[in-house]
Amino acid sequence: MTPATLQSHLPKTSDEIRFILDDKVHTVRGGDPTTTLLNYLRYDLERTGSKEGCAEGDCGACTVVVGTLKGDRVEYRAVNACIIFLPTLDGKELLTVESLKARGGSLHPVQAALVETHGSQCGFCTPGFVMSLYALYLKGKVPSKSEIEDALAGNLCRCTGYGPIIEAANLMFELGASELPEMGKKVSALKAIARTDTLAITGKSILTGGEKRYFAPVSVDALAALAEENPIATFLAGGTDVGLWVTKMHKELSTVIYVGDVAELLEITETKDAIEIGASVSYTDAMGLLGKYYPDMGEIVRRLGSVQIRNSGTLGGNIANGSPIGDGPPLLIAAGAKLVLRKGGDERTILLEDYFIAYGQQDLAPGEFVSRIIVPKPHQHLTFAAYKLSKRFDQDISAVCAGFGVTVEAGKVTAAKLAFGGMAATPKRAANAEAALVGNSWDKATIQNAMAVMKDDFTPLDDMRASAKYRSISAANLLMKMYLESTGDTATRVVGEKEAAHA
Amino acid sequence: MPKDQTAGATSSISGAVHRDLKHDSAHKHVAGSAVYIDDMAEPKNMLHIYVAMSEKAHATITSLDLGAVHAAQGVACVLTASDIPGHNDVSPFAGDDPLFAETLVEYIGQPIFAVAACSLEEARAAAKLAVVLYDEHPALITIDASEAAGSVIEDSQKMGQGDAAAKLASAPNRLSGSFRIGGQDHFYLEGQIAFATPKEDGDVHVYSSTQHPSEVQHLVAHVLGRPSNAVTVEVRRMGGGFGGKETHPAMFAAISSLVAVKTGRPAKLRLDRDDDMIMTGKRHDFKYSYDVGFGAEGRIEGIKIELASRCGRSTDLSPAINDRAMFHVDNCYYLSDVDILSHRYKTHTVSNTAFRGFGGPQGMIGIERVIEHIALELRLDPLDVRMANLYGDTERNITPFGMTVEDSVAEEIMETVAETSDYRVRRKAIRAYNATSPVLKKGISITPVKFGISFTTKHLNQAGALIHIYSDGSVHLNHGGTEMGQGLFTKVSQIVAEEFQIDVERVKITATTTEKVPNTSATAASSGTDLNGMAALDAARTIKARLVEFAAEKYGCGKDRVIFKANQVFIENRAMAFDALIMEAYLGRVSLSSTGFYKTPKIHYDRASHKGRPFLYFCYGAAVSEVVIDTLTGENKVLRTDILHETGRSLNPAIDIGQIEGAFIQGMGWLTTEELVFGADGSLKTHAPSTYKIPACSDRPDEMNITLWEKGRNLEATIHRSKAVGEPPFMLANAVFTALIDAVASVGGYKISPELDAPATPEAVLMAVMDVAERAGA
Repeated sequence: MTPATLQSHLPKTSDEIRFILDDKVHTVRGGDPTTTLLNYLRYDLERTGSKEGCAEGDCGACTVVVGTLKGDRVEYRAVNACIIFLPTLDGKELLTVESLKARGGSLHPVQAALVETHGSQCGFCTPGFVMSLYALYLKGKVPSKSEIEDALAGNLCRCTGYGPIIEAANLMFELGASELPEMGKKVSALKAIARTDTLAITGKSILTGGEKRYFAPVSVDALAALAEENPIATFLAGGTDVGLWVTKMHKELSTVIYVGDVAELLEITETKDAIEIGASVSYTDAMGLLGKYYPDMGEIVRRLGSVQIRNSGTLGGNIANGSPIGDGPPLLIAAGAKLVLRKGGDERTILLEDYFIAYGQQDLAPGEFVSRIIVPKPHQHLTFAAYKLSKRFDQDISAVCAGFGVTVEAGKVTAAKLAFGGMAATPKRAANAEAALVGNSWDKATIQNAMAVMKDDFTPLDDMRASAKYRSISAANLLMKMYLESTGDTATRVVGEKEAAHA
Repeated sequence: MPKDQTAGATSSISGAVHRDLKHDSAHKHVAGSAVYIDDMAEPKNMLHIYVAMSEKAHATITSLDLGAVHAAQGVACVLTASDIPGHNDVSPFAGDDPLFAETLVEYIGQPIFAVAACSLEEARAAAKLAVVLYDEHPALITIDASEAAGSVIEDSQKMGQGDAAAKLASAPNRLSGSFRIGGQDHFYLEGQIAFATPKEDGDVHVYSSTQHPSEVQHLVAHVLGRPSNAVTVEVRRMGGGFGGKETHPAMFAAISSLVAVKTGRPAKLRLDRDDDMIMTGKRHDFKYSYDVGFGAEGRIEGIKIELASRCGRSTDLSPAINDRAMFHVDNCYYLSDVDILSHRYKTHTVSNTAFRGFGGPQGMIGIERVIEHIALELRLDPLDVRMANLYGDTERNITPFGMTVEDSVAEEIMETVAETSDYRVRRKAIRAYNATSPVLKKGISITPVKFGISFTTKHLNQAGALIHIYSDGSVHLNHGGTEMGQGLFTKVSQIVAEEFQIDVERVKITATTTEKVPNTSATAASSGTDLNGMAALDAARTIKARLVEFAAEKYGCGKDRVIFKANQVFIENRAMAFDALIMEAYLGRVSLSSTGFYKTPKIHYDRASHKGRPFLYFCYGAAVSEVVIDTLTGENKVLRTDILHETGRSLNPAIDIGQIEGAFIQGMGWLTTEELVFGADGSLKTHAPSTYKIPACSDRPDEMNITLWEKGRNLEATIHRSKAVGEPPFMLANAVFTALIDAVASVGGYKISPELDAPATPEAVLMAVMDVAERAGA
């Protein structure tokens, strides 16, 4: 594609944010495009039901539900309003705790259930729980225990100990008739505000008066053109990391390109040999298919973030920002994933592990962006396991995250990818340990050799998550765990599959 | 009264005592319409405040250049220590908590100055323009460093009885050990906030998210250099407190009041989560050491216990907190010959403060670990060792502080919950499981709780209330207690409804304000209902007595012939609606408003000798917890917990069970996932939920059975014979820690006592496992 044709994707823009709120089209013009949805709700609209507990997407007090048009239906999902920027709501439906109030003032069954079970004490986290439960309610079926725990993993309560809230989740379908939204009406409302051009907002920084620009293209060609035009722009996908640059580091982002509306990047496709995941596909959308072929990967994606985080966050963003502690890369590297990068009209494909050059440095040219991830399906001789060590099981950043892909043929290891997060400045494979495995028989002695040489693979750090010593020992022990799991029915996991309760 | 006198009454009122009643704000909580301070409409000219903090743990400020801060966009006012018209102190009593540092800074996060601007963004950005130069001094960050330097906030305290040294020498068995117990951040979901509005004559009204409005009032006045009557402090509800909003809110209320008074504009100070966690104090972390002598059954004959805590940079409430740690080193166990030595170290970290249990949990977990050690040494079931050490009814019943334990029900509660939880059977099954499970190991433990109720500072044990009945019969209730989610307002309204025999919906619950009830104590020490419920009852009885006298005179009957029941008043054979009597009383010129007052009887304490009766009574409970650990990674989880807890004759069983469950999970977090990490420079590394992990939903044990003890009845004449509930169940979580010890001990064939520190993070558990394995192999 020539630059001239790229240009043709640039100018068609609109500058008005439109979303549905309380069944009406809500429009916003001007303002700082990095204003969080929560601040907009609380301080501009004075809808103060949604609370700020942490401003980093970890406590869920700000939880709202966002409806997105998916073909002929609207998909309703819980997200953290505290870290998503207002313009990303464009073309969507927003439901806050205030939206649940029926015309007669009666409580929604979710709310009534929480009252019934004494599910609130101080009440500050409660609206967030209401909205997480509401999103669960909209799925239309009585949830299982693990579905409830997962749905609430991103909502912290310091008073109740959660029991009564879980009880409310069990009770909510028993109180009153199901009150699911009228899908037809909702679909047409969203279709009416669907955008076919780029949303381009120019706002002013409240601090410097400087110009702040925000672009939300809807096609990958338009994205490619914008990226080349604005090589220093910040790419924004789910905002589960970039949002914190604003809410925690108080950075001023002068140009933001939002990739979450780009149709091609939202695609997830399955070929005979691989799964291809667009860079803007949420964890939620990727989790099912990944988990189907790599159950451990599915479980770790489940654990790496709460429902709210997974609904916003993307594997693409997890990779693109190059964090040494992201859980996605070690899992995907172990599975032999590749990365497709695009710049202008050109695409190139690299091994995912080669993307990470050094701390804060990735193989990404100015104007280039992550387009999609190609994850090969496991072959019959592959044993795959993944582990995530953290202080808390749900919604915690790993001290150590490990992905192991080991090929064993006729009792001998023929290939091994042992990838770790949290052990080095980048996601990194354990080259010495891999070498100790390959060519040897898959037995305890080989594993012990590999464990012993792994100390030469990493020099991890002490930090608030764990000591270097713990990281080194547990990383090696995980290899033994994988071996035990591959050779017997030993109970090896405190949570997830193969856990004690199933032993 | 004649049998049929009240026949016309419906059988009962709604919201009577001893019945489940929903939290008064439950509907508003779920609807998002319960108003917290930051939800209030912001006046147009309101200023937002940002507090600039010290970046050094211990330093002299050699230069503070605020020129650029003053000049920054949107800035209305910049405040430093020199702008304080009154006293630069917001300490609860010791006088050592400057509102703003003058020249010396003593922790990273200490306020140096504040900026008020048109927006929070502008205030924060302006603050960053300050140029602060420091001359750094060596900083004492840890207990060990302060111990070596002899840096304390007060003299070490001693408590004890008998002759511990002699008994240690003569005991057939002797063990010693030590371990560390981590601190804990409150992590109330609503951060610290204050919103001040200037009034005429330089007065100020402050909305403060505080458990202690009176102290906030007094300290704001102190800072402003005004009498207390110039300051009004109001709080309708807090989004959680847990002790963290007892002393610290004064700081933020004082800064916002200063801004309001100085600029004549309303001013709000709301900390974000990181600043809140960096700037405000936490639960004290402790080092616990013991030397114990015991008999063949594991009965303790003599024990020396040494406690050391990190108090942080100032006194705050540390003396009383560390005293309470000493009060609870015995838990439910009789220590005939005991020496307790408690060191209170000053460090260059944030000043630690009240947190649910107030030192009690740190004292109590120690003796449970001692018992585990004894049981492993003697190869006994720790439950049997616990039973052998319990307080007796008529002998073996004197605490180390000289108080006679008269109300112990620990034995019966422990036996009951051991039975209902199948403790003995499951303990056997777990040992069988562990024998065949190489990676995962399970553990089980039962621990009791005995927790003393009353403020240990005697004068705090008083409370006031105010009740009005309007001429239409509606009731306005106010008292000095504050609502932080614990259901205090609900319980006190039940008490008033019960006394007047009217539906609880007719009792209006109102915000706590220093304008209505003065000189109140903090809502703390689990005492909220005990104190304020009694004060409200006193006020209600005063009005009721006037009504009875009026009715008896008007209708010419004896006072004993006037009966309040089920929204009606029965006067001889006449029945009249409560409202109707109120209107008659009003027309009859009867005062329908009264204050009420209560002070706790019987208590006394001599701090010099550490002897007396600091508590009116004790609360009891016991928990059984089962855990599983992963010996390759240290990951661990609580699988099941059974709790039997007594709250006397519960005023509201649903609320009490909610308190028990929430306290247990909070205690479990303290002992497992919640780890505060300070860097060598004294900076807190875990200052947001991304790095500081309180329990999430799935951490709750898969099976949790909570039962209130049906026989519960307070032997003391407390409000309707109920007992306090806020803090005691926090310590039920000790069973999680001892169950983890049991699981780790399995690695060494139950022959070696694990060196497990709290919190039992995966790292702590893995290190303990490896240590036991190594010692077992050696």
